[in-house]
Amino acid sequence: MLSNIGSILIFCILSSSLLIICNSCIDIKIKNQLIKKNIYNLSLFQTTATALSFFTLVAGFIFSDFSMINVYENSHTEKPLFYKIAGTWGNHEGSLLLWINILVLFSYLFLIFNYKHNKKFRLYTLIFQNFLIIGFVIFLLLNSNPFSSIYPIPSEGLGLNPILQDPALAIHPPLLYVGFVGCSIYFSAAIASILSEYNGKQFALSIKSWVQISWVFQTLGITVGSIWAYYELGWGGFWFWDPVENASLLPWFAISALMHSVMVLEKRNTLYEWVIILCLLTFILSVTGTFLVRSGILNSVHTFASDPSRGLYILIFLSLMILTSLIIFFKKRKRDTYNFNSNSKETFILANNWFMIFFLVTVLIGTLYPIFLDVLTNTKISVGPPFYNIVIIPFVIPFLLLMAIGPQTSWINSKKNYLFKAIYILVGALVINLFLFFFFGNYGLYSNLILIVATFLILHSIIDVKKSLKKKFEYPRIISHLGFGFLIFFIGVNYQHSVETDFNLRVGETKTTNNYEIFFENIKIKKNKNYKSIIGDFKIIDLKKKNVQYLNPEIRIYDKPETLTYEAAIKSRVNSDLYLTMSNVSRSDFYNIKFQNKPFMIWIWISALMIALGGIVQLMLKKNEN
Amino acid sequence: MRINFSKIIIFSFVIFLISVFWMGLKKDNNYSTKNLTGSEIGNFKLPSIYSSDIISEEALKQNQFTLINFFASWCAPCRLEHKYLIKLARQNKNIKILGVNFKDKKKNVTNFLNELGDPYDYIVEDRDGKASILFGTYGIPETILINKELIIIKKVIGPLDQTQYEEILKLTQ
Repeated sequence: MLSNIGSILIFCILSSSLLIICNSCIDIKIKNQLIKKNIYNLSLFQTTATALSFFTLVAGFIFSDFSMINVYENSHTEKPLFYKIAGTWGNHEGSLLLWINILVLFSYLFLIFNYKHNKKFRLYTLIFQNFLIIGFVIFLLLNSNPFSSIYPIPSEGLGLNPILQDPALAIHPPLLYVGFVGCSIYFSAAIASILSEYNGKQFALSIKSWVQISWVFQTLGITVGSIWAYYELGWGGFWFWDPVENASLLPWFAISALMHSVMVLEKRNTLYEWVIILCLLTFILSVTGTFLVRSGILNSVHTFASDPSRGLYILIFLSLMILTSLIIFFKKRKRDTYNFNSNSKETFILANNWFMIFFLVTVLIGTLYPIFLDVLTNTKISVGPPFYNIVIIPFVIPFLLLMAIGPQTSWINSKKNYLFKAIYILVGALVINLFLFFFFGNYGLYSNLILIVATFLILHSIIDVKKSLKKKFEYPRIISHLGFGFLIFFIGVNYQHSVETDFNLRVGETKTTNNYEIFFENIKIKKNKNYKSIIGDFKIIDLKKKNVQYLNPEIRIYDKPETLTYEAAIKSRVNSDLYLTMSNVSRSDFYNIKFQNKPFMIWIWISALMIALGGIVQLMLKKNEN
Repeated sequence: MRINFSKIIIFSFVIFLISVFWMGLKKDNNYSTKNLTGSEIGNFKLPSIYSSDIISEEALKQNQFTLINFFASWCAPCRLEHKYLIKLARQNKNIKILGVNFKDKKKNVTNFLNELGDPYDYIVEDRDGKASILFGTYGIPETILINKELIIIKKVIGPLDQTQYEEILKLTQ
């Protein structure tokens, strides 16, 4: 029943897309500034149908309608309601439907909110966005239909992969999707802008908010993914340079560059061509990321979503997208000439873009090189943290310096002298670093430099807060830059002072390591709704500060599907996290214990959220302006 | 017509990228050893666990069939499959069984074999597990059946069971 409703709705989306394209093509030739009413209506109808199709699938999951293969494969009647709902997008088919929802929703919102802009430009955007929608709907129908039915109807489902049953993971995909798929709208707008010759400041204004929205969501999505990896995977880290994490970082670099250069286009009416390239690049990288994750070409924690036949479809789609946009771009390009004063805001923003592109290329090479090598020479290698640390860290230092100084300059030609101020602040940063060095012990040259420049950026931003109390438009930048400064600072300290040990322990035994005494008190077995857990009672005594903490790591045995997961016990405190995982050693009464003390973990999350907060504040300010 | 080099470079880069992705899709990316059937085993030299002999692929050429079984005393599924190895050793004289002891201790192996019986014609040790990887093992237990020409005719990933056992008997009649 639900499966039929879903299929009809999918058909409605597809046909309304075709109708929108036809109507827009006719309307584009009519020389007035008003878009015909029926295009609005069709677009509204399409949005409604898409939303309904998604709710139909959610209903299938809530009521455990196992006549749909998708529900049968990914749900179970015993699962808590929250994870039944989250299960909707915890699998390939459902997440593709979510993807289409966002494409359609953004298409509609762009149409209605940009009523002040040129008609031709808006219609072209709508046409290209609907081409994208059609492409993905066909993909859904041919290869990944969440509404496919199954007969005879199974009485019970297979269940959701237990490591996905986590609150952070329930919100991670939707956030990332809004971030990545949201880029589609300015991909379409960029092509529309080339075709309708609607460029310069007006174009910048039309896409600015959309860039900010998707940037905020990408930042949040990546952060939540990282939090999930830290709490759920039990490896004790928050960033592993895993190919899939990199795939999410690539569009983020492009979009961060875009967010800055779009300001130059708005204020100075230049860099148009570069903004177009970044618009195209951001969405192309998002789809490339999806291809890498979903095709199974990479091995990583996300391989639950992989299948080569899907890969082929996404690849064809990706190639069409890249080639079409390149051809249109080269056919119609208008060369920019720009002449920036070296001491001006636009020069610094351009420098930010160079750095972003450098980071992007580095991560891209690190991610794709193993694939190239495997395909061309049959050699298997993996590129890990050492590569990224060596290549990226030296460049983070000047990047942070410029990030602090850049906002001090003004547009066109900066007459302000900020050199003395910078020197004072640098001295301040050096003094703070000296204190840190004195209290926490020595660390390497790079770490010193990183901490100095991060402090430099933090101090600069804090001083700016005081200065710009009356200038509201400076808030977002200050919050995000401050957040970035803190992020690098805390990562630096965390990297330097993390303690990690591994050992085997039996119930009743005690182990003393790095000023901590770890006492394995007891073990309990508990039965839960869809899993059984073995819980360890550990007493951790800090020998220096003489305080006691209790940690309870778990081994969970899920029954549907039968899986073992190891739940880390994490005691998050203001200054550091105590992290303990336990795993059973087969055929012995020993347990393998991994104990870590990780300073300032919470602050890493807070800093990352602060970066996103800057974007949110910007959007709110903009709303108030209107 | 003026040739635009940047265009050519960008387009060829895109085409290169797409073709690499395409080739990557066709490749079986996951490390898989299932397709080794039909290929010849590589050269190896492993020390015998209870004597000073060195066993190499040459020794196996004299046997009609050789069953190479990768096992360890610490491996629970190995205990399950052990009875099939014993049955094979008793019932089929065409097969010689070579046990490759994987990352184990001699004392534990002896206890293991005393408890469950010893089906092996030769036992070699692979202390660091590297030789087993060269054989294309995925994990243990794993069993490879080869013929006189050292060609792999059957490969079992995981413990042997009744159907696998019967199939091996059939193949070696």
